[in-house]
Amino acid sequence: MQQSLHRIVALAIKELLAVLKDRKSRIVLVVPPILQLLVFGYAATFDLHDIPIAIYNEDRSAPSRELVARVTGSPPFHLYAKLENEAQIAPLIDNKDVLAVLHLERRFSVDLYQGRTAKMQLIIDGRNSNTALLVQGYLRTIISDFNLDWARRHGQPPPPATLQVRPWFNANLESRWFIVPGIVGLLSLVITTIVTSLSVAREREAGTFDQLLVTPLRPVEILIGKSVPGVMIGLFEGSFILLMAVLWFEVPLRGSLGALYIGMFLFILSGVGIGLMISSLAVTQQQGMLGAFLFMVPAVILSGFATPIANMPTVVQWITCLDPLRYFLIILRGVFLEGDSYSLLLHYYWPMAIIALVTLSSASWLFRHRMN
Amino acid sequence: MNPATAMRMRLLAMFRKESLQILRDPSSIAIAFVMPMFLLLLFGYGVSLDARHIRLALVVEQADANTASLTGAFQHSDFFLPEAYRNIQQAEQALRAHEVDGIVWLRTDFSARLLATGKAPIGVFINGVDANQARITEGYIEGVWQVWLADFARARGHELAVPVTLEPRVWFNAAVRSRNFLVPGLIAIIMTLTGAMLTSMVVAREWERGTMEALMVTPIRIWEITIGKLLPYFVLGMGGMLMSVAMALWLFDVPLRGSFWVLTAAAALYMMVALGMGLLISTVARNQFVAGQIALVTTFLPAFILSGFIFQINSMPTVIQTITHLIPARYFVAILQTVFMAGDIWPVLIANSAALVLMMLVFLGLARRNARKRLD
Repeated sequence: MQQSLHRIVALAIKELLAVLKDRKSRIVLVVPPILQLLVFGYAATFDLHDIPIAIYNEDRSAPSRELVARVTGSPPFHLYAKLENEAQIAPLIDNKDVLAVLHLERRFSVDLYQGRTAKMQLIIDGRNSNTALLVQGYLRTIISDFNLDWARRHGQPPPPATLQVRPWFNANLESRWFIVPGIVGLLSLVITTIVTSLSVAREREAGTFDQLLVTPLRPVEILIGKSVPGVMIGLFEGSFILLMAVLWFEVPLRGSLGALYIGMFLFILSGVGIGLMISSLAVTQQQGMLGAFLFMVPAVILSGFATPIANMPTVVQWITCLDPLRYFLIILRGVFLEGDSYSLLLHYYWPMAIIALVTLSSASWLFRHRMN
Repeated sequence: MNPATAMRMRLLAMFRKESLQILRDPSSIAIAFVMPMFLLLLFGYGVSLDARHIRLALVVEQADANTASLTGAFQHSDFFLPEAYRNIQQAEQALRAHEVDGIVWLRTDFSARLLATGKAPIGVFINGVDANQARITEGYIEGVWQVWLADFARARGHELAVPVTLEPRVWFNAAVRSRNFLVPGLIAIIMTLTGAMLTSMVVAREWERGTMEALMVTPIRIWEITIGKLLPYFVLGMGGMLMSVAMALWLFDVPLRGSFWVLTAAAALYMMVALGMGLLISTVARNQFVAGQIALVTTFLPAFILSGFIFQINSMPTVIQTITHLIPARYFVAILQTVFMAGDIWPVLIANSAALVLMMLVFLGLARRNARKRLD
């Protein structure tokens, strides 16, 4: 037993050195995750900000100017140009100079004063359909505020029923609070997979893996020895990114840290398992790298990181059940924003545990059985 | 033998060597054809930002004709899957357990206040964790509310006085299908992967094994190595791209409003940029591990997040917007989205292609300089 432990420790140290001894490998493991967190943390946002728009106001009356001022004065929009005729609209939109043009016809204020519904026309670039939807949403809010004020000032009755919308967990609907915890999961996945996916392939290519197999080390011991560096580096960097999310991006951490760490441990273990499985299937490092990629790209896109799983077709939703990142993202967001604790998250722990178990045992089986 | 013939022979030999290498290693073919197909299928069907089937808990504390017409409006909407809950506590529990995405709550006095004061509150709670989806959900709920208000007024024999309404006209994508803008962007991501990843790994392997130095002592010149090496991967990458375009058009029904030749020319240019990037990475990295890592960090993730593929570049902070100018995928995504959805809009095409040409020259130039320096 003690001997076995001794062997595992020796192998783990050797594995850790293999990754960390090269200065470039070290840099590659530390610098990119930090840079990515900083850049992506700011870049990955669905909130609109400084969207260039143009105004074509034929009416030029006081109410139309007031409405236009409300739009251009709000943070999501920024006035790019005031247009003089209709022909100017198409080139601005085509060339992506502006994302949207607001058009108020000459009869706007007449309609408004006479109690007919006045129309504000919006011409919007649909090349990014999500932004197009969001712009409409923002404008509708501005218009309905305007309508309420107008009704009050002109003695018209207010609508009989009003909506009182209250978002839970994220009162100001900041998409950064959604994305940054996601980046913690994304980068942990990238780091763990990269560290482990080449570890067996590198030795196979160099021929030292056969030597490892004829040592007294049993496959289980090789498996543990090879897993330790991935788990250690993953946990270390994961914690660092977590700290940055809380201290730098000021995302509230409302739930139990222990519950988060159980999730992180299981997630990294399943990442290591998948990495080692890919690595034992690969003959060359190139194949290992490709395998890591073929796993990582779908794992990121189908995890719910940027686009919701609920919108996917049923068959694709089944596939996402195999994606450990999917569960970890729910745990991260649950603990960060919803203040979840162990009992609510139990549901998401065990699938990761199963993925880890299956992939780690297949990797260990493949050590011996994948001989050329 | 005259120099031109000699050069042609050297190039041809190099091309043949690389082509054979590709054909003998099935993983290269897999990355050029199987991976794009697999990715497009998965993402084309899987990635969507259109909120549909929003699960909504309806809590009606005292049912009558007015509440029935409002809940009916939610039931008839395509966007919602409403479910009745007996009381607000149960609904809140369901919201917490992710069983529903939002709650619409009509209190006991809803009808009384509706008829008396005309200011009956409709309580709406939304799970705001996914802020984007929450905003879209909010918009749809507002839409249902407005339609119901108009019906309510009409039922009472008068028109609802709405001072101003918005009349949106979405150009290039009238149905606001997110697939139309995501699938063209995916082509950029896939080409970045095949181009930069594959070359960086392949060339890094040659450096690692020392066969690159061996090549350099032969009469073949360094740019001949470059062309001979890149050409087979160029052909491979373009094959994958054509397949992706075919799938976008016939499987995902994305319109192609610009010309096919403009699209192909732009793709060829971008393929060169991606190959140049891969080559440069391989000369900077000494081994495959580092090359693969750098390729991942500088290609896939930026192409996903910083290119405008999914996140609007205008909305990013100024510093980040400046950084996006260094990401080649940014220019190609703009070209793809324009050619597919809007047509051949030359100012957009020319500006972005010029940026790509510049990046290609910089990458190839730097790769050449680095390759020279390594031999010293």
